[in-house]
Amino acid sequence: MSYVPHSEEDLSKILSTIGIDAPEEVFSSIPDALRFRSLLPIEGPLDEESLRREFAFTSSKTVFAGGGIYRHHIPALVDALASRQEFYTAYTPYQPEISQGTLHSIFEYQSMMAGLTGMDVSNASMYDGATSLAEAALMALRGKGIRRILVTKATQPSYRRVLGTYLTHVEEAAIEEIPFDLVTGRVDLEALQGMAGPDCAVFVQSPNYFGVIEPLEEISAIAASQAGFWGIVVTEALSLAALTPPGKFNPDVVVGEAQSFGNPPNAGGPLLGIFCTRKEHVRRMPGRIVGLTRDTSGRQAFCLTLATREQHIRREKATSNICSNQGLCALKSALYLSAMGPRGLKTAALQSAAGARCLMGLLKERGIAPRFSGPVFHEFVISMDEDKRKRLENDGIVPGIPISKAYPELPGMLLVTVTEMNTREECACLAERM
Amino acid sequence: MNIPDELYYTENHEWGKVEDGLMRVGITDYAQSELGDIVFVDLARKGTSVSKGDSLGTVESVKAVSEVYSPVDGEIVEVNEALENSPELVNHDCYEGAWMVVLKMDDPSQASKLMDSQSYEDYLKAEA
Amino acid sequence: MPGREDVARFPEIREPLLNTVSAFGKNKRIVPEPFDVSGVTDLSGAEEMPAIPDVSEVETVRHFTRLSRLNYGIDHGMYPLGSCTMKYNPKIAEAAAASLQSIHPADRNAMSPVLKYLNLLQKYLGDICGMDAVSLWPAAGAHGELTGMMVISRALQVRGETRGKVLIPDTAHGTNPASCVIGGFGTVNVPSGEEGFLTASILKEHLDGDVAALMITNPNTLGIFEREIREIADLLHENGSYLYMDGANLNAILGVARPGDMGVDCMHVNLHKTFGTPHGGGGPGSGPVLVKKELAPYLPLPVIDEDESGLFTLEYDRPLSIGMVHSCLGNVSVCIKALAYILSLGPHALPEVAKAACLNANYLKKKLSGLFELPYDTPTLHEFVLSDKKQKDDGVTALDIAKSLVDSGFHPPTVYFPLVVHGALMIEPTETEPLQELDRFVSAMEEIAGQSTYDPGNLHNAPHTSPVARVDETAAARNLILSWP
Repeated sequence: MSYVPHSEEDLSKILSTIGIDAPEEVFSSIPDALRFRSLLPIEGPLDEESLRREFAFTSSKTVFAGGGIYRHHIPALVDALASRQEFYTAYTPYQPEISQGTLHSIFEYQSMMAGLTGMDVSNASMYDGATSLAEAALMALRGKGIRRILVTKATQPSYRRVLGTYLTHVEEAAIEEIPFDLVTGRVDLEALQGMAGPDCAVFVQSPNYFGVIEPLEEISAIAASQAGFWGIVVTEALSLAALTPPGKFNPDVVVGEAQSFGNPPNAGGPLLGIFCTRKEHVRRMPGRIVGLTRDTSGRQAFCLTLATREQHIRREKATSNICSNQGLCALKSALYLSAMGPRGLKTAALQSAAGARCLMGLLKERGIAPRFSGPVFHEFVISMDEDKRKRLENDGIVPGIPISKAYPELPGMLLVTVTEMNTREECACLAERM
Repeated sequence: MNIPDELYYTENHEWGKVEDGLMRVGITDYAQSELGDIVFVDLARKGTSVSKGDSLGTVESVKAVSEVYSPVDGEIVEVNEALENSPELVNHDCYEGAWMVVLKMDDPSQASKLMDSQSYEDYLKAEA
Repeated sequence: MPGREDVARFPEIREPLLNTVSAFGKNKRIVPEPFDVSGVTDLSGAEEMPAIPDVSEVETVRHFTRLSRLNYGIDHGMYPLGSCTMKYNPKIAEAAAASLQSIHPADRNAMSPVLKYLNLLQKYLGDICGMDAVSLWPAAGAHGELTGMMVISRALQVRGETRGKVLIPDTAHGTNPASCVIGGFGTVNVPSGEEGFLTASILKEHLDGDVAALMITNPNTLGIFEREIREIADLLHENGSYLYMDGANLNAILGVARPGDMGVDCMHVNLHKTFGTPHGGGGPGSGPVLVKKELAPYLPLPVIDEDESGLFTLEYDRPLSIGMVHSCLGNVSVCIKALAYILSLGPHALPEVAKAACLNANYLKKKLSGLFELPYDTPTLHEFVLSDKKQKDDGVTALDIAKSLVDSGFHPPTVYFPLVVHGALMIEPTETEPLQELDRFVSAMEEIAGQSTYDPGNLHNAPHTSPVARVDETAAARNLILSWP
């Protein structure tokens, strides 16, 4: 249907006011040779029932896939409130007087993210974890003398690829991969020791792409003293509720993905990039930031602040070209955290970890051990051949994500993820079919 | 517009005060009023060598950023650290409390090539 | 004509921060507990409680409901933010994307139909813009610009050329220069002609062997169609440079003129502007990139492919590609909403969008240009720019006018942009505004114009009816408070 609201009478009033005879004349400034007068080869119009029929997607019944995008319990109130038009249809909060709802909720998002990561400040969010990492690397490279970006090879492959895309366009910047230990799946500390120097920024994902929790204490001892900049990447925000907050290891930034907080997998997006840093770096930070202030009559009020870092003011010298955030996704995560509360969040995290241990136990009974010996949060790597995986998928069971394309040194390997959305029965069924 | 007699001025609205081979530098009353409420001042480090026209730092209001350019060649021997926590000094006291850096001039004769207060006043009138 | 209405005063809500109402034991939520947690003994933070508030469900619901009442959305009324295209967001598009939610992107069987529709959207966007190939992955307009610049950079590299600069007209969007710089280019500002559009002769003066591209918005931010664009494209191509078009203003020419026919080599569109998906208070948007055949090999990874069995899959083996720009597939659900929007309208109603958008804008321009200064008299399409020049004599600024519109129940237009107009008010009503709403806006502007002569003080203090008065942004920047203690 057309969403143009004019009646015939409205239209003639508009035309006569403008002083033209036919609607077409409104395009008179477009040269005739550039006018397009054919019918677009597009289907439709479709009525609402046809559209609903057209877009009826169905998920597989049993899913053990994660790898940076996770299925978690989302309280019903999250969607109920996030879909209020006042939030949903508003623009970026440039006019603070009539955007306090968005600004206030983003401030709460920033506060909770800073609290959960153990960092001083969070921005209002980024596109996704991969672009957060890329922006963090750009921030590091603006620091004095930093030219090398070291990233662990056990960091999510797509994050490393996005990082590579961004850094291609920075002169004299190099990316080097820190290898992992083939037994534990953890970072090779000796290699890190040898590579880290004042001219480099170090980025370490934990839990890493294999699900293994990195020895952040030891890594910090090397990175914080030897490297010019260091950051921790978190692709599963829920792990923050079960592991020591990364801020305790004194990184310059914590970046990553918070889709797990109230945002469904959505076939891959939208996602929610987190970006947290220490106070002394706040002016080098990319992205929108909300600050607390007062209005002219002294009431508590919020507004976007530190705008002078941004593209619309500093133009080509801006800290980033980003001019939006994932506002609604950040709102959903604020709603989620508020609805879950500390105990609910903790339970979801520990249940996910318990689920992974349950499945590992069932597999062990069948003589299947995880590929790596390092401790995990809620995902782990096992071996599985391609045919078996396809058979399972055709029976509605997604057993995990094949990772061998990204890691040829790990042939026939699968990353298996368990969350509180899986059941014991599902785990038993998967184990049985291995 | 306050334009003290004893200072030198640049076309970018910096002032300079010569003190014994040194030059104290800040931004003028006109500059601060054009920028509006100053919220942040970021200055180069002590020990930095600069040429005339190089950046000595930036001054930020809520919606604008402005560079502060060096009026002469020299080395930064002192930086006003008070501005870090009290950027509003630039609005209230631009010629005294809100000086930004002290330069050791490479060539003290460069100062005399800057505008005096009368020329700066004329310059502002012409700009308007 | 209806008079300027008084809008009911917002209830003065002083909503506290969540942490101040938090107390141990308030939150009684039960979450799924299918597993036995006694085996989880090896996690370092297992004992510590996460640092988030403990509030009851009803407090959460009331808190965010009250917050929502402090916001203004497109369903409230007209939102005439120039170049932002705040049109009505059809509800059916939300319903159409709802079933995507539970799908994990690694679920290949479930993803195949999703990819089929994403592929269809790529085709439709290509048809609408007259471009050959499309990538949907950039998550926002600025992300699309950056991706486009990377594509151009890669194309030059493959050609074995180094070109360092991108020309940007002074009517460009704020993100343009920053996107070019992150894409590895320097930028050069090019002035528009006297009539508010770039002329081929001005461009000629700036062309040399170092120009990689011109990044232009058409129609530009004055709402003026770049009528010499074809000549401009030819000049660029003769010079070995590319023409990039920022598609932020595509709504003006949707189905009526195609960037591809204008000689555009690379562009992005904003699904959250032109194709009616919600802005969400700052995102998620979506900024697909479209290119001509020559640039197609450089588009970001992955590429949607259809295999012999009709299964849609993702192809990562494209050696010339710039690489990935997003960890997964961009904002997939936004793309599906945009496709639902296109299908809902169909091929006949789509060009009506541009027509009504331009008629609405020209209606407002006609009604308002007597009261406010119209700096460019050139014909405009979907938006137009007024200035505060007439009101300035009474000390009333564009900001005062903008804030005062809030008291009449409108979101203000874009102010102080484009930079080529001093004290700019950039107004874009979009096609979905009813005539009655346009007239209500005209009345409000008439009253403001009148008030600026007889009661300017009242305008300086506007808005009077919003939840908070003007916000002290200086204090926010001087004393940074970015999270609760």
